[in-house]
Amino acid sequence: MSEKPHLSVLDRPNSYIGRSVPRPNARRLLAGRGQYPSNVSLPRMVHVAFARSPFAHARIVGVDTEAARQAPGVVGVFVGEDIAKICQPWVGTLEHFAGMKSAPQYPLAHNVVRWQGEPVVAVVAQTRALAEDALELLLIDYEELPAVTDPETALDPDTPLIHPELGDNLVFGSKVEAGDIERAFAEADLVVEDEFHFGRHTGVTLEPRVVVADYDPSEERLTAYHGTQTPYQMQDVYARHLGLAEENVRVVVKDIGGAFGIKLHVHGEEMTTCALSMLLKRPVKWSADRLESFVSDIHARDHRVRARLALTKDGRILGYDVDDLTGVGAYSVYPRTSAVEGNQVIKLVGAPYTQQHYRAVLKVVLQNKNVMSQYRAVGHPIAFTVTEALVDKAAAELGLDPMELRARNYVPDDAYPYKSASGFTYEGLSLQRSLEKLKEMIGYPELREEQRGLRDKGVYRGIGIATFVEITAPGPAFYGVGGARISSQDGCSMKLEPSGKVQLAISVNELGQGTETIVAQIAATELGIAMEDIRVVTGDTGATPYGGAAWASRGAAIGGEVTVRAARALRDSILEVAGASLQTSPSELDLRDSLVVSREDGEELISLAEVGRIAYFRSDTLPPGFQPQLSVVRHYSPQGLPFAFTNGVHASYVEVDVDTGLVRLLNHWVVEDCGRVLNPKLVDEQARGGVAQGIGMALFEECLYSADGQLTNGSLADYLVPLSSELPDIEVAHIETPSQYSEIGAKGAGEAGTAASPAAIMNAVNDAIAPLGGRVTAMPMTPERILRSLKRI
Amino acid sequence: MSDINYELNLTVNGERGSFRVSPRLSLADFLREELHLTGTHVGCEQGACGACTVRYNGDQVRACLMYAVQAEGAEVETIEGITESGELAALQEAFHRNNALQCGFCTPGMLIAAADLLKHNPSPDRDQIRAGISGNYCRCTGYHSIVDAVAETCSGGTKEATQ
Repeated sequence: MSEKPHLSVLDRPNSYIGRSVPRPNARRLLAGRGQYPSNVSLPRMVHVAFARSPFAHARIVGVDTEAARQAPGVVGVFVGEDIAKICQPWVGTLEHFAGMKSAPQYPLAHNVVRWQGEPVVAVVAQTRALAEDALELLLIDYEELPAVTDPETALDPDTPLIHPELGDNLVFGSKVEAGDIERAFAEADLVVEDEFHFGRHTGVTLEPRVVVADYDPSEERLTAYHGTQTPYQMQDVYARHLGLAEENVRVVVKDIGGAFGIKLHVHGEEMTTCALSMLLKRPVKWSADRLESFVSDIHARDHRVRARLALTKDGRILGYDVDDLTGVGAYSVYPRTSAVEGNQVIKLVGAPYTQQHYRAVLKVVLQNKNVMSQYRAVGHPIAFTVTEALVDKAAAELGLDPMELRARNYVPDDAYPYKSASGFTYEGLSLQRSLEKLKEMIGYPELREEQRGLRDKGVYRGIGIATFVEITAPGPAFYGVGGARISSQDGCSMKLEPSGKVQLAISVNELGQGTETIVAQIAATELGIAMEDIRVVTGDTGATPYGGAAWASRGAAIGGEVTVRAARALRDSILEVAGASLQTSPSELDLRDSLVVSREDGEELISLAEVGRIAYFRSDTLPPGFQPQLSVVRHYSPQGLPFAFTNGVHASYVEVDVDTGLVRLLNHWVVEDCGRVLNPKLVDEQARGGVAQGIGMALFEECLYSADGQLTNGSLADYLVPLSSELPDIEVAHIETPSQYSEIGAKGAGEAGTAASPAAIMNAVNDAIAPLGGRVTAMPMTPERILRSLKRI
Repeated sequence: MSDINYELNLTVNGERGSFRVSPRLSLADFLREELHLTGTHVGCEQGACGACTVRYNGDQVRACLMYAVQAEGAEVETIEGITESGELAALQEAFHRNNALQCGFCTPGMLIAAADLLKHNPSPDRDQIRAGISGNYCRCTGYHSIVDAVAETCSGGTKEATQ
């Protein structure tokens, strides 16, 4: 027996782990060979276009479809009742959110429309253009009803009810309390408070939502080429709501043109398109245009938060008191609900700090607006803007440097595991080290010096710091316990090809974040082969093990760990075959450079190709009864704590033109700790892209509604997405505190950029304009809002 | 709606062809649906996002803002053709090395815009690169790595790739 210990995947020779390997699958995209669902075209395929409600709230009095049916190329016209006959409505609630309620939502509006843009009638025609022509011939009579648009009055007794059967416009209410908040505030030396407003914005995936539904009645089989980040969830939803056998539903998504949380919710258009394919028994395609995206892709944020912070005079944080009101549109979104964001806000305010007292109250209310639900960094940008804006305000009152006030109150790096005031347990964070690293990175004293010098010349620059603690890689406590059929585990299968190369199929799919690359890095390392010798398959429920797929920054933590386990199983199987063939114990063998070698002295014995040849074609040369098992599958659900908490800190350096109110972003820095870094370049890029979306939230993006519920800026010319010329370079650095609950030790990295960049920018803007008495607490921080705060308009 | 189709003769990626198209068909839809050149992407259909950027007689244009019939007699190049000619190879390599793409939906248009920038200004600084690609939205990267890739291409002795 060899005395050498078995190596963990982290200690193996020729490791790919921690290396910035470029993404092999990016070459295809660079050549214009992407396989996006919007490219899918099938024989006999027809196209659907939707008539949408022009009103925020109205009763559908009558629909005359006759002229549309006679229009050229029209295959069929379908109203809500037609689709409801074969597609069950859904209700976006979770059982563990006590008292939560929402109304049944139908794929097409049922009697009443509840937001401008809600789909009402589906027209199917030979081309999208012909379907749109026919839409104009529909005669839909509406009786307009009063629109409920302001969350502040949504619960007033004289406000109309959006769903009368619910009794009020409240979707969910919750409260988190710890310690004695009243006493803490009564005894505090300093209390600072503000009211914050966060506008609605949306994901703006560059490829809009698309599905091509192909129902084959001869097999009762539905194949949906659907731009979704959660194909298994959609397999389940399509099966249950359309009355199909789950194994007969296949969801395929190879490439996807952006997701960011937008593409994991159930929207009526995709459900209708699948139902239409069943009714018409032929492929039906729906591809949103940009206006449809703006009025029907889920929106995000929309919070009003009143918050106050109590401190001692020496700058010790006693506690936060928070009141969050969020408007979520006309329904709670299915199946993840529209309460998760608010629920995270009320648990995350003050998360980096050792506060003993805490109170946070949440109200989630309905509105006659497009639905609102989870988008990248769910709740975090709200929670950390509130947290960190108040810390800066307190630092100013106390005459302390904002870095110093943070450092005094962080949960110390040696205090883990640590239970937060809101009840979360952090396995291990590095708040203190992260801040130190950030200070170094930005050259803090010099930057302050520069700021002071320029201020004397009438140039107003500001430095903003913002910390985050982030929920990643959730286990079943997130959705599963609430009754939602959303998997928190993932599966990975691998097979050795006769050539000695490997096919790997995994349920965590590729959104461009690099899943296929990191799993190949891990598998190649564990198997002792080159990454190029692994073909990775994702995004096909018919070809991969069942799993949760891509949401809540889970790819590296869960997908990475399941890959280690599957690769180890395949490795063991390979060594068993090699041992049987070489008449030696598998424990004497190892894998390296696509070879089976002696563990003891590294002697090269046989190649993996030879193992494949023997196993598949010459099993007669193996001992009687020995059956090679060169296909394996493993599943992994996160172990230990319910979430893998990560942390980090952002800094923003801005210049505010106090005459125009325009903000110029000069620099942005991020230090983040996502546990083991598997591919530093890919983690950097997640941070940078996340920061860009946070910048959008902070300065540019807002879905603007009129008082009667009309979206007034539903185009990319009117809704401001950050452009290259508006963004700064974004520098990223890492601290690594690996999770001890998994071998790979990785935590989530996809949302850290978005979690606190808005907070850093708000603090930077306010730092810049503080000498002039300005302070902005509403996002986006438009020139108008900045000039108003400066009393210049 | 008009059901009269017009004759269209043009050269796409070096291949000449004759078609009959509806006068309302956009150049982007023509390329994608008639010629199956799906590397040209459609993101907004109003000229804002740049995902449909192609070359028209050597200049970059928004294929969603042109009707196919306007391309009568023209030479149109798409990402497929420009890739196969090898003209963009250095830029594509730099994008790959720098991970200057995530979902890849903006990438064909971004590459064509970046090549156009380098044609007119072979050694732009970072601000000029940012200005040069500011007509092309990318929702994934935050642009930093795209700027890196373009900067690397123009400073790395690979100018022949863009001439």
